[in-house]
Amino acid sequence: MANSEHTRRTFFGLTGGAAAMVIVRPADATPAMLSAAIRNVVGEANVRTGKVKLEIPPLVENGNTVPMTVSVTSPMTADEYVKSIHVFNEKNPQPNIGNFYLGPRAGRAQVSTRIRLADSQKVTAIARLSDDTFWSATADVVVTLAACTEEAI
Amino acid sequence: MPSALINVPKKAKRGDIIEIKTLMSHIMETGYRHTASGDVVPRDIITSFTCRFNGTEVFRADLYPAIAANPFITFFTTVTESGKFEFEWIGDKGFSETASASITVE
Repeated sequence: MANSEHTRRTFFGLTGGAAAMVIVRPADATPAMLSAAIRNVVGEANVRTGKVKLEIPPLVENGNTVPMTVSVTSPMTADEYVKSIHVFNEKNPQPNIGNFYLGPRAGRAQVSTRIRLADSQKVTAIARLSDDTFWSATADVVVTLAACTEEAI
Repeated sequence: MPSALINVPKKAKRGDIIEIKTLMSHIMETGYRHTASGDVVPRDIITSFTCRFNGTEVFRADLYPAIAANPFITFFTTVTESGKFEFEWIGDKGFSETASASITVE
């Protein structure tokens, strides 16, 4: 009996320690933060899947620098073009990655950059077209070495 | 010492769609890292990148800590006349850098 009491105490001690560690870590972007960040951009508009192509490696070794290309199917004429491209993530401390503002004279609706991913997660790109419709694409990325976790020197 | 790498074709035909590649050396400190003693390393990132052609904005980006160090951004633009591209990076701690590149359109 004394033995089981000991293990229970040990167990609570351990869980208490684990809870304290969770508090010390910077908070992940919650699904609520992600949807709030998306609502900030799209407002009440409906976001449809399609037209957007999000190219990102499905498996990355180093989350500190992940190449990413977003392209949108659009004729890019004065009447029909892509206004902006917004990229979001699920589990970094902040849901935003970047906003890119284009115009009809871009000629091709495509941007590339390198991003950081703190964990294996979904990345979502949303494009705003000239008729104010929103289109999106989502990709899953598995990260073996996460960004942001190492100590600064 | 901040330095920019810009890749813009020197020549193009009128109406061509050209690709522009830009890289600015910058730590892009997220503000989420800690030192060994537990202090938060303050955020130090580039927050805004703008490209203008002959004074008119052709591309702009808002950057967040999730953009990797030494931000590398590529995009496209249509050229209709000869002129100068001007690039501007603005960030935390008063960071402000510019670069430019000229193109001849035939």
